[in-house]
Amino acid sequence: MPVKDYLRERFFPHMWCPGCGHGTILNALIHAVEGLRLNKNEIVMVSGIGCSARISGYVDFHSLHTIHGRALAFATGVKLSKPNLKVIVPMGDGDALAIGGNHFIHAARRNIDITAIVMNNRIYGMTGGQFSPLSGPGVKATTAPYTTIDSSFDVVQLAKAAGASFVARSTAFHVKEATEMLTKAITHKGFSVVEILSQCPTHFGRKNKEGDAVNMLNLYKDNTAKLGSKALEEKPHLIPRGIFVDSERPEYCEEYDKIIAAAMKEKAS
Amino acid sequence: MARQKLKAIVINRDWCKGCGICVHLCPKKVLELDAKDKAVAVRPEDCICCRMCELRCPDLTIEIQIEEGDNE
Repeated sequence: MPVKDYLRERFFPHMWCPGCGHGTILNALIHAVEGLRLNKNEIVMVSGIGCSARISGYVDFHSLHTIHGRALAFATGVKLSKPNLKVIVPMGDGDALAIGGNHFIHAARRNIDITAIVMNNRIYGMTGGQFSPLSGPGVKATTAPYTTIDSSFDVVQLAKAAGASFVARSTAFHVKEATEMLTKAITHKGFSVVEILSQCPTHFGRKNKEGDAVNMLNLYKDNTAKLGSKALEEKPHLIPRGIFVDSERPEYCEEYDKIIAAAMKEKAS
Repeated sequence: MARQKLKAIVINRDWCKGCGICVHLCPKKVLELDAKDKAVAVRPEDCICCRMCELRCPDLTIEIQIEEGDNE
């Protein structure tokens, strides 16, 4: 099926700024879904609020545009009632880890079969460029004109510690790698987290003198290194990319089905 | 494997926002921005069909069509 068949073309051109990494992530996601030959009716996309969350309006899947930070809570409900559907939850950095931080760790703890995508642009773009819990120290934002002092979360370590059974990181520059990771995450049984670094040239780039979208993409190339690569060994300050966790753990819906079966058996006898 | 042959570079001008990602990251410098800041393929003969522009385009504007069943 051509890529365009997965889009709601009537809403294009989309509302993201020129050069926004979120568009590239949508592109990668569509290619991943197309590669898996999934039926549009098998997929549910649940999103919260923010630039990133607008993605659910552009895909021709079942879609839910819910409240800020609570996308994973809604997605848990969808998955439990219809376990056969593939549930994909794209979130921004603030949506996933500030407003929805609690939902994020508990969805990971339960290991429910949902694919969470953290589209990390390190800023609240839609509301005008406030710093987020993933901005990190020394970053300029509208709410931090003299730079931030807050340390950032490491999404990978957080997801890993909370119990996610698939954790990966890529960037909007490394599109083929990102598409591959999304493909693996969608097929993985259990809670999968894919963090994709995404450039916000309008707010983050302009405030922090990182130049235009092309320049920011080149920074992703220069400042990241593949897990297990020589570059990462030599320069450990680089941001590691790759698949950090790919393990098997009891999945929530299956465990719940077992409880239902046990309860019904008792009732029948 | 035979080298892939380009059929056409299709650019949806209505969706293009002129961010220049395709122009600057194309390994063969096939694309350029025109006077209206829209991407155009000025050197399609140099295209190696790597499809990086298509995959990286944040506006989902570009489609690289490849000649099928050609075994030259």
